[in-house]
Amino acid sequence: MSNTLTKLRYRYWPDHVFGELLQKQWMETAVPLLVLLLTIAFFSSRIDNFISVANLSDTLRQASELGFVVLGMSLVLIVGGIDLSVASVFALCNLTALYCINVLGLPTPAVIALTLLLGAVLGAVNGVLIGYMRMRAFLTTMVTLIVYKAIHDLLNFQLAVAISSVVPDVPAWDFLGNGDFLSIPTVVWVFAIVAIASHIFLTRLRPGWYVMAIGGNRRSAYNIGLPVNRVVAMSYMASGVFAATSAIFYASRLASPGADTGKGLEITVLTAAILGGIRLGGGKGSVTKAVLGTLIILIITNGLLRLATPAGAARLILATILLLAATLDIRWFKNRHKAVQELYVSPSYLELPQSPPTGASSPFALNDRLRAVEQIGLGEVESPEDVILDREDNLYCGSRHGEIIRFFAPDYKRMEVYARIGGQPLGMAFDAGGTLFVCVGGMGLYRVNPDRTVEKVTDETNRSLLSVVDDSRLRLADDLDIAPDGRIFFSEATIRYEMHEWPTDSLEGRGNGRIICYDPRSGKTHTVLRHLIFPNGVVLASDKESIIFAESWNCSIKRHWFAGAKEGTTETVIASLPGYPDNINVSSDGNYWLALMGMRSPAFDLAMRKPAFRRRMSKRLPGDEWLAPNINTGCIVKFNEKGEILDALWDLGGLNHPMITSMREHKGYLYIGGISNNRIGRIKLEGADPEFVSSGRYNV
Amino acid sequence: MSGTELNGGGQAEAVAKAGPAGGASFLKGVAFDQQMIVLLLFAAIFLAFSLLLPGFFTVGNLLTLMRTVSVLGILGLGMAVVVIGRGIDLSMIASLAVPSAVVLMLASKDYGIATSLLCGVSLAVAIGVLNGFLVAYAEIPSLFTTLAVGIGIAGIGQSGLFEYEIVPWPAQLAAISWIGQGSLLGIPYSVLAFIAAAIIVGIFMRKTRLGAFIYASGDNPNAARIAGIPVRPILMLQYIIAGLVAMFAGLVLSASSSSMDTRIFNLTWIYDVILVVVLGGIGLSGGRGGVINVIIGTLLIGTIVNGMTIMNVSFEMQNLIKGVVLLAALSIDSIVNPRNEETAQQGDI
Repeated sequence: MSNTLTKLRYRYWPDHVFGELLQKQWMETAVPLLVLLLTIAFFSSRIDNFISVANLSDTLRQASELGFVVLGMSLVLIVGGIDLSVASVFALCNLTALYCINVLGLPTPAVIALTLLLGAVLGAVNGVLIGYMRMRAFLTTMVTLIVYKAIHDLLNFQLAVAISSVVPDVPAWDFLGNGDFLSIPTVVWVFAIVAIASHIFLTRLRPGWYVMAIGGNRRSAYNIGLPVNRVVAMSYMASGVFAATSAIFYASRLASPGADTGKGLEITVLTAAILGGIRLGGGKGSVTKAVLGTLIILIITNGLLRLATPAGAARLILATILLLAATLDIRWFKNRHKAVQELYVSPSYLELPQSPPTGASSPFALNDRLRAVEQIGLGEVESPEDVILDREDNLYCGSRHGEIIRFFAPDYKRMEVYARIGGQPLGMAFDAGGTLFVCVGGMGLYRVNPDRTVEKVTDETNRSLLSVVDDSRLRLADDLDIAPDGRIFFSEATIRYEMHEWPTDSLEGRGNGRIICYDPRSGKTHTVLRHLIFPNGVVLASDKESIIFAESWNCSIKRHWFAGAKEGTTETVIASLPGYPDNINVSSDGNYWLALMGMRSPAFDLAMRKPAFRRRMSKRLPGDEWLAPNINTGCIVKFNEKGEILDALWDLGGLNHPMITSMREHKGYLYIGGISNNRIGRIKLEGADPEFVSSGRYNV
Repeated sequence: MSGTELNGGGQAEAVAKAGPAGGASFLKGVAFDQQMIVLLLFAAIFLAFSLLLPGFFTVGNLLTLMRTVSVLGILGLGMAVVVIGRGIDLSMIASLAVPSAVVLMLASKDYGIATSLLCGVSLAVAIGVLNGFLVAYAEIPSLFTTLAVGIGIAGIGQSGLFEYEIVPWPAQLAAISWIGQGSLLGIPYSVLAFIAAAIIVGIFMRKTRLGAFIYASGDNPNAARIAGIPVRPILMLQYIIAGLVAMFAGLVLSASSSSMDTRIFNLTWIYDVILVVVLGGIGLSGGRGGVINVIIGTLLIGTIVNGMTIMNVSFEMQNLIKGVVLLAALSIDSIVNPRNEETAQQGDI
């Protein structure tokens, strides 16, 4: 019963999705969005009519005004600084705009231009001091905050009466503050346009990238030749212009030159930016986050106001929120990769059938027949995962150094680097024309033409519809075979891990792999089968309409028809092997050779039925102490399409040729490769066809 | 690869240092450092005011001058400790106002002097611990932490903790009201309090191991950490000291003005304190300066403010002038003590 529950839980609860979600960029924006929704829900439940059309329009108007300042602050935060002076710039610009329109009677465009210019100049002062003189942003803008505030107070003292005594009647000016267009306030339209433009600026334009780069790492940005000082200075200037823009709308709406204009604005704006998830210290942030932060802070402050919270308590709440957000932001940024790592590994429930016996009477009976293996290139090759021979009997294998090595017939004493690829070559196959197709770990499917030039065949497939992370890139193409019509079927062992992380994939035991087909006629690649448990060896079956492939951690062999009457169906050939199957190749008598790279153990089989145990292990132990499948001792077996085991070749001492991942029959000999070996093995097969050549067998 | 990078960085640093170092050697003969400049500036301004301003150079005015700046000086001492440790404490005004107001309020409700003082001290220490914890362990930049904490603490002060926003000095505290009101040999006790605090802080910073640790961790936190200094607890200690010093200043202030205005929290006060510290020559990049710099800075600011008051300069104009002076001081600071990009922390704004 509890076993069934465990099974169901691991079958339907998508553990692996959480780790993948955390890796997504948009998750960072999802958090403030969630906070926004929670805030709205909280205040709606406390206050009647918190959300009404009139209220909404008013909130949006305020949000847009505040939003301009937050955008400016965000820009400065992203470039790695801070701008506290926005509050005073805002106040001064408000005063200027009102003086220009009320007392001087300037036309609206002139007022707007003058106010924006003032904002730019005030911001430029910060910019020069911080960008060019490299002063500390916080203190500098704090002092300019006070200086501008002092100027504002001095001017306000003299101008306030003059401003208040005139009520101008300029429709264009009033339209800015109180007008509607399509029943949405003017300021909201303007803000939307500015926000979209800023988004394009930050994400699509070169200067925006400069801003992000400088915020990310100022020294590196300087070293690659970016105009650091100028960009920093311009950001402060932009911040001033944004504050001025906000002030224009504010002035037009309220028309009041108050002494307290903009008081505490810098704290509100800073809180908004931090709550939105814009990082203190630079390099991270977006317009979306700025807008979300603005909405959150506005709803909180408005909500507190409607709940009649005393000013002191409201400040206390705001300060607490600010500190909490900053703490979370900093701690999260520091520990995010750890969290991702812990959550990413998500073991699943895998119940393997009983392991078949390997006793004397069984088809897997142990023997010492591989002890007589000859060694080729001992110490000269590293990691020959697969071996293959061409029509001239030359022997090819991959190496850890990203090369294809060729040993010359007939004695295989002489070797050369046949081609350099750059990634670890795994499975290989020749087509009829002598082109060598290679699955390269971490790179995809490549081909080495007969003139030795290396070309990429494909490194991506169609993305699955519901995948969280983009799974179109090939991470671990493993083995392949070529159908008579030229289509190439190859396995991708796992989409969640890199090649060197295969033990982690074995720990998950989930169907992370897939079989993919590349069609040379259309040049397209598409996924044929998904959710396979480490699909490994692939071979074309004798009917030329199906492939036989191995699922390593599932210890099984399956067959899939890609053409003919049974097209699209998959059948199990061998349900349970005593070890982990690797490459499969044809034998001269019409059957198949299969390499078992390692043998199963009861402890590991049990662990595969205990996902929670494996999860604890992956969280609490360092990676090199995790349980992993044994791949030290294996064997080669021969099986037929009915799934019967016909032969087994062992080397009990494991001295001469330990660790087998592939084998290839060629002219009466069996050539053996192993991914953690430093040699290639060769053994004479009694009674085998001395003319048999496996390469390019079915090609027209 | 990384070797080249390190070399490159080293060269860049060497080039960066060559400028000021060359300047220093050129002026070494007259020991023309910032401390000296400020001292000379102070002397010049003092002389000018004495000659030009009637009523400036009188015993009464000079005592007033000293008394008005003594609280600022005490705050400067607390700030100096934090700045030497490569931090800054913007919450000092809040911890000046709220804990001392708590002492006044509790004393007025007959809790006894000792109990009231203990509560105030606990609150001041708590503020310091909060600041220190957030800076040292949550790793929020100190400017940001202390700004927010200051706002929060001031918020507590304004949210109904006290009956009135101005808490009067109660009769129950008459026994200690001399710290702000009396005088000894003609010197006001508040000035003596500043002198006493300066001596205590000076001995602590220069003669004790903890003081040396503060200098070390302010000079180079990573090196201090590697040398085995408990950098994080030391950071917390700095903010606790700043909180306690601020509370002491608050008691002196409230005793001298017979009340504590809990609305005192605004930015202009704290920037006077920073002005004192930076003008005096304590570099904001940490590890430099001492009590003497605070005294020089205090005298200079006191003279300027006193002079401007005699000249009847408006409050706003005084703010403007002080702001411009501070801006100049900060830019000189950034030229004399250039920021070391190698040891600057990420997010150090």
